[in-house]
Amino acid sequence: MWKSIGAAGAFALALSLPPNAQAATDAELAEIREQIRQLKESYEARIQALEQRLKDAEARSAAVPATATPSTTVAAAPAATDAATPAPPSSGISAFNPAISAVLQGVYANLSQDPNKYAIHGFVPSGDIAPAKRGFSIAESELAMSANVDDKIFGNLIFSLSPDNTVEVEEAYGVLTAIPGGFTPKFGRFLSSIGYLNSQHQHTWDFYDAPLPYQAFLGGQFRSDGLQLKWIAPTDLFVELGAEVGDGASFPGTDRNRNGIGDFAAYAHLGGDIGASHSWRAGVSYLGLKPRNREYLQTDIAGNDAQLNFSGRSDLVIADFVWKYAPNGNARETNFKLQGEYFWRRESGDLTYDSNNAIGLLNASSYSSRQSGWYVDGVYQFMPQWRIGARYDRLAPGRVDYGSNGAYLASSGFDPQRYSVMLDWTPSEFSRFRVQWQQSKLRPDATDNEIFIQYILTLGAHGAHQY
Amino acid sequence: MNIIARTLFTVAFLFFAAPALAALNVLATVPEWGALTTALGGDTVNVYTATTALQDPHHVEAKPSLIARARNADLVVATGAELEVGWLPLVLRQAGNPKVQPGQPGYFEATQYVTLLEKPTRLDRADGDVHPGGNPHIQTDPRNIARVANALAARLAQLDPANAAAYQSRYQAFAERWNAAIANWEKQGAGLRGVPILVQHKAFTYLIAWLGLREIAALEPKPGVEPTTAHLSEVLATIQREPVKMVIRAAYQSDRASQWIAERAKINAVMLPFTVGGDDAAKDLYGLFDDTMQRLLKGAQ
Repeated sequence: MWKSIGAAGAFALALSLPPNAQAATDAELAEIREQIRQLKESYEARIQALEQRLKDAEARSAAVPATATPSTTVAAAPAATDAATPAPPSSGISAFNPAISAVLQGVYANLSQDPNKYAIHGFVPSGDIAPAKRGFSIAESELAMSANVDDKIFGNLIFSLSPDNTVEVEEAYGVLTAIPGGFTPKFGRFLSSIGYLNSQHQHTWDFYDAPLPYQAFLGGQFRSDGLQLKWIAPTDLFVELGAEVGDGASFPGTDRNRNGIGDFAAYAHLGGDIGASHSWRAGVSYLGLKPRNREYLQTDIAGNDAQLNFSGRSDLVIADFVWKYAPNGNARETNFKLQGEYFWRRESGDLTYDSNNAIGLLNASSYSSRQSGWYVDGVYQFMPQWRIGARYDRLAPGRVDYGSNGAYLASSGFDPQRYSVMLDWTPSEFSRFRVQWQQSKLRPDATDNEIFIQYILTLGAHGAHQY
Repeated sequence: MNIIARTLFTVAFLFFAAPALAALNVLATVPEWGALTTALGGDTVNVYTATTALQDPHHVEAKPSLIARARNADLVVATGAELEVGWLPLVLRQAGNPKVQPGQPGYFEATQYVTLLEKPTRLDRADGDVHPGGNPHIQTDPRNIARVANALAARLAQLDPANAAAYQSRYQAFAERWNAAIANWEKQGAGLRGVPILVQHKAFTYLIAWLGLREIAALEPKPGVEPTTAHLSEVLATIQREPVKMVIRAAYQSDRASQWIAERAKINAVMLPFTVGGDDAAKDLYGLFDDTMQRLLKGAQ
């Protein structure tokens, strides 16, 4: 084959030779003609052979249903067992390719407030939590690959491709699959299993954006590079205990440049069914980190944007529940889902006011805060493919003790809150279109009316959705 | 952290130290395999069925209760052919039970022991919810159940060698009674050969092949895609040229589309139990086919 292509290439080259090639003799011309003829013949023969093979293959596959018509007696049953040994799926270099899937998303956002000024009043800024830019944009796209690595390990890699053309490793982990006794160890980068929504990918959420407590306390979702160990109790009631250690570099932690463990998480989840129609899961989680030199801007009493620097510890407790109802357990026609989570966080340590001395009032003092937040949402599928949902989120800024920095900084008495409603259409398991309207009161002086029109497309390997 | 670790360890130790139970714990994904395992295993198996006949087997969630059951299972009996692709892989991965992972003796796939029909010649989601391995609803042909029974009895014996003789003798008894029942159903169904029908979902391919029914069209425009008015009108036009006796649907499916077409075309809308538990008469595998035959014969009148 390569030889023929080489010959064809040579011929093409010959044709493109400069005019002085016209000096070629008749003998040379005859030789070229002969080569072309040979080339033609060889390709025609090959094409005919291929066509024949294709015909044969088609005939064979058409014949399958006919030959597969089962015999009318069952005496042959034991023999059929041997006959039905599954054929290997494919062969060659790609046979072991991992399962690949991609998620494409886009959104049209209509916001009454500037998303560049998005902030939750009274809470430490938690990173990139603003809604999409105004107008059209693609949202985060995702590319996932997973496969069994060997007989003991399952591996999963998920890239997230941001609309600003940056690529992020969202998850990259291995799971030990051959450990007995209900233990499932995981290692690498993964979404923490604290709470209910944290371990679920954004495209499986029931609303366009994360609930406010997730935004305020975890910067959207908490993930770390580290280890996880989960254990399922050998009981009919679902009892899952888990613990994680990690680098603690993502919010509310910071990159610490230290050996050892940066974050520790532990959780217990219970779950089960009530009759055929109801199922539930509830749990409590703890996440502890030690942020070092967490820097952020906050408006002080005088109205300056002061740079603050916090070092200390951060402890978060989450209580979560989800309850699902489907008549007779058949979620295809109608179903209802109710979920809610409560967050409580304590932070204590040292806070430096005006840490870059831009205002000239640099001051270090003790700091402690106790803040909380919660959300509850319900989603009802009222007919196949169509769901409506409503959500309410609320944060309590709680008590913040600034110590001697209280001369410059004041704690907030404002409770940020948000009301959302959404309607989505799911034409197939692989596509969803959603429209969401919400009113956010995240700052005392601004109410944001937001409309999102969103699509989510999944292609490739059939993924399984978490409960 | 120390306390947590110590508690975990103590609890785990207590469970491991407990004497092993005599019965095999079996998690069956759908009722037909639950019923079959019970028939073959008797009191030496402890069967939990993940879904009921009133649930769409394509749309099942990886519920916590299923993870808990998979955790304790000695054997998972699944249909395979990607019927459970939306939930079972996730349940098995979260269960922390290496015995029942695919490839292990504790994982059994029924579709590996029968010849699948409707194997797609091309794979494209534009064709709807297609299963690359072929149509997975094999239980609608009782001869397939016999084939699976044979393999499942062997698997039970492999996993529980102490009771191997009991599984074998129960299988022999089952196969004998089942074959007699098939002969009887085939006699009953002789008049159904060549009867033209509509199906709501392509869930009865094996039943149709077994009884020699003629499937004229499906109400779903593509497998797993909800029937649309436009498609139903097309089907209506088709059956005016080529009249059918009835439209059949599975117990778990909504009757809207069937009723719509039945009223307009003046044909019978027949609900079939589809699997064990689909209606009051389908209490076990025998009841399932007794009732299916009765309903088909009534519908063909």
